[in-house]
Amino acid sequence: MVEVSNIVKVGIADMNIVQSPALIRTSGLGSCVGVVVYDQSKEIAGMAHVMLPDSTLSKMGQINQAKYADTAIKELVERIVRDGASIRKLKAKIAGGSQMFQFSSGTDLMRIGPRNVAAVKKELMALRIPIVAEDVGGNSGRTIEFNPKTSLLNIRTVNKGTKEV
Amino acid sequence: MSYIDKITTVHLDILKEIGNIGAGHAATSLSTILGRKVNMNVPRVRILSFNEMIELAGGPETVVASVFLRIEGDVQGNMFFLLPLEQAARFSEQMTGTEVFSFDHLPYSELALSALSELGNILSGSYLSSLSDFTKLSFYPSVPALCIDMVGATISAGLIELSQVSDFVIVVETEIGEDVESSTFINGHFFFLLDPDAYEVVFTSLGVPLHG
Repeated sequence: MVEVSNIVKVGIADMNIVQSPALIRTSGLGSCVGVVVYDQSKEIAGMAHVMLPDSTLSKMGQINQAKYADTAIKELVERIVRDGASIRKLKAKIAGGSQMFQFSSGTDLMRIGPRNVAAVKKELMALRIPIVAEDVGGNSGRTIEFNPKTSLLNIRTVNKGTKEV
Repeated sequence: MSYIDKITTVHLDILKEIGNIGAGHAATSLSTILGRKVNMNVPRVRILSFNEMIELAGGPETVVASVFLRIEGDVQGNMFFLLPLEQAARFSEQMTGTEVFSFDHLPYSELALSALSELGNILSGSYLSSLSDFTKLSFYPSVPALCIDMVGATISAGLIELSQVSDFVIVVETEIGEDVESSTFINGHFFFLLDPDAYEVVFTSLGVPLHG
């Protein structure tokens, strides 16, 4: 029997947790950042696709936690620990944070990519989760897929091919 | 209460008319540039989640050529003109009348990129100037920015502003394209996304303010 691995998809401003042999993927990251938090010994991983750096920017009453770097990472860690991961063994891999369009004069929001990356790093550091690999910045869109069994993150771009980190 | 909750069917109909007027003028411009008949569809106006919006534009991983303009003036918002790569190549060939272009791999031709930006600029310009006449409001488009990449990555750039106040987006979508030989209708898509505060301005100017 050929084992067909199941791929869990994460949309924009969304998050999910998978256990091997399933894979987890998010497509079309631009200025957004894909954050993977995993525990290799338990072969469990969580992924979030964050859009904005800071939930205090929000002008809404009730917020979607997966949208903001600060709230998404807290929630992701809480969920993965609830599902059996050990908080001290958690590691992270991140990708995204591009600048897709080059504007000569732009508002701060046009440079959101680097701010998202900085916010994600800050939050991971506050939770003492080491970032073992990253592929951030530039001006290409990325699709990422994480395999909790091998702890490898597959990153695909339109013109620069595919790599694994 | 979110601005989206105040939008009634009357407002959606107005947005549809906005899409109709704008794309109608853009189609006329395209027809003039190409010297042939150009069709457009009936505009669609929908309130969608971000993921649904990206699906509507072709799916997060689909690679397209997109021209993005930021709108300033009395009204702020974002405008996208999306073309499938094949059609983008055809248009730039027809506009420059010289070489055969392809956007399948790098390096892209500078001339083709320039032609595409200009196409996006002209079409968006005619879309916006007709809206300006209709609403008596100023719409000043930025210099167009061109990007050939995944839909998810490009469209999300236009969602950042409104993602701070909402998880939903009001999409005014129109398609224009040419009848190629027999039947294929190859499409350019316009996506017109106003910033949250801009809806009040537009609707008030047209005499149907948002209530609530």
